[in-house]
Amino acid sequence: MMPFSQHLGVAAPLLRDNIDTDTIIPSREMRTVSRTGLAAGLFAPWRYTDAEARTPNSTFVLNSADYDGASILLAGQNFGCGSSREHAVWALIESGFRVVIAPSFATIFKNNALRNGLLTVELDRSGILEILNWVEADPQRHRVEVDLEQCALRHDVALGPTSFVVNPDSRKMLLQGLDEIGLTEQSLDSIAAFESNDRKRRSWAHLRGD
Amino acid sequence: MAKTLFDKLWQEHEVETLSERESLLYIDRIFLHERTGSVALNSLLERGREVRRREHAFCTMDHIVDTFPGRGDTTLMPSGKDFIVATRSATRETGIRLFDIQDPDQGIVHVISPELGIALPGLSLICPDSHTCTLGGLGALAWGVGSTEAEHALATSTLRVMRPQTMQVRFEGSLPEGVTAKDLMLFTIRELSAAGGGGYAIEFAGEAIEALSVEARLTLCNMATELSAFTGLIAPDQKVVDYCAGRQFAPSGIRWDQACAHWQSLRTDSQAHFDSKRTLGIAHLKPQLSWGTSPQYCIDWDDAIPLVGDALNASDSAAWQRMQEYMGLSGGSRLSDYSIDAAFIGSCTNSRLSDLRLAADYLLRTGHRVARGVKALCVPGSGRVKREAEDQGLHEVFQNAGFEWREPGCSMCFFAGGESFGDRARVASTTNRNFEGRQGIGSRTHLASPVTVVASACAGYLTADTTA
Repeated sequence: MMPFSQHLGVAAPLLRDNIDTDTIIPSREMRTVSRTGLAAGLFAPWRYTDAEARTPNSTFVLNSADYDGASILLAGQNFGCGSSREHAVWALIESGFRVVIAPSFATIFKNNALRNGLLTVELDRSGILEILNWVEADPQRHRVEVDLEQCALRHDVALGPTSFVVNPDSRKMLLQGLDEIGLTEQSLDSIAAFESNDRKRRSWAHLRGD
Repeated sequence: MAKTLFDKLWQEHEVETLSERESLLYIDRIFLHERTGSVALNSLLERGREVRRREHAFCTMDHIVDTFPGRGDTTLMPSGKDFIVATRSATRETGIRLFDIQDPDQGIVHVISPELGIALPGLSLICPDSHTCTLGGLGALAWGVGSTEAEHALATSTLRVMRPQTMQVRFEGSLPEGVTAKDLMLFTIRELSAAGGGGYAIEFAGEAIEALSVEARLTLCNMATELSAFTGLIAPDQKVVDYCAGRQFAPSGIRWDQACAHWQSLRTDSQAHFDSKRTLGIAHLKPQLSWGTSPQYCIDWDDAIPLVGDALNASDSAAWQRMQEYMGLSGGSRLSDYSIDAAFIGSCTNSRLSDLRLAADYLLRTGHRVARGVKALCVPGSGRVKREAEDQGLHEVFQNAGFEWREPGCSMCFFAGGESFGDRARVASTTNRNFEGRQGIGSRTHLASPVTVVASACAGYLTADTTA
């Protein structure tokens, strides 16, 4: 997994609440049995006036030159709700996003993001509006710096950095870019021990292999 | 110390405590489908890893396969066949039991897992699908994950999980006649909001829950994910035990007796602590219908659609305005003012035999037929549901009334197989999500119970009036 420590980038606002993963990447845009080839489908229902013909919707924020190359998304609460499709995270990453800042995230989305090196930062709406207020004045030059080492967002110097809280386990995983399966494989002995006890305790839960 | 049902399930599956909040949990069953499971299996194979306990892993074709009679691997979705073929080949290579298109037990993952006894009370079960919480209705610890976590579970029989907080939602009163578990859950989401269950495992309790059939409990827990909850749970009782008995993958003999004894302990102790508690009065609950593009935007079916000006803050006001424009509705009007283009009975929420029976009973009782200009579909959730429905003659009831009768699958819940009701179609639907574009380009989905959907299909407009 791609590690995350610090990132400086253009922040784009999409402040609607409950942005679901069907909107982030619709089912019809998930065309191959892989984690790639998804960028063109990101936010397809909002980004295009005709998704099939790929006709851009000029009023959509990510189509605006102001937010060209955006890599930080400012969003509303419960971002990533709905379908568990990890494609939503893959599509964001493939499109260059490294951070999503929102008042809250849907759990499965947050877990998927963590396992792919996409940082999710929880910040209350007023904090997000404060950042946006500064960003909007000149989005390309008013870049936001996200520092996971210090758990701080740096934007308007006059306001000073905004601190944020990340679960320590998630932070460690992101900073080191850990492969979770590799990590758990170190526990295979305790898994086998658990299983052997469990077969006595809950024999009914274990199906027979062939 | 007194424990909640969730505390007990968590503890029974804890292999290691990784930190204050994170544990390594043992995963008893893994279920995959061809949409997201195929990615997990491919990734596992690419990295040269094996499925650690393949007898505990299963796979079905439901998300991409189409539901037309006589179907094969080809779908209206141009690359759909690739997913189907890749899934078949990966399950063969890894030795996982696949319920393939022609298998008599094929169907929607959350319909077949309880039907086959793959999901049972007290088991932990994951699937790369958000509606896995459905199985909490049996008292299983079941939740949806992404493809990467599914791969982790396949390789290690475990997952690293952040422990959610606990919430109890207690319903006071019993459900009025004609009001279903679907209405109860839409009402719950309306009250708690689409983010209201975020970070919680929610146990549903109260006399109305005890009175629900097992299938109705599956419907209720199915939509716990629409609250953004980690999962939903209902303590297993004798109804659940009777439901599970004799199922194909359920234990038998002495192991069955041990299971039943164990399941007795799966209930919240009387003094147990919940991090949050909510009580909802439901004695006067009416059928619910959604008007917006999140399941939280529901109203009593005969109430007025809210006026944008009545929103409590600017952010809600903007959201309501946008939703009403998208849905083509005006605040202050009634949903019965709007004609529908389509009606859909199906999905992991409402495609079980009891759902089909409810809708068919309305057709039998009223003799009504689907209104002109309405495309109506009934898609049984599994091969077994379809066979049992046909044994009871329900397919003829639906077909005679003007419904199409399809093969099992997720179908038009999200235009699986590339099929849709058409651009901007207004659909009365027994599904779980009314998101923008979920059922087709610009689709306008109104979530409701099977009774409300069938009544609307026959009326030609949105209604829960079943008296006619």
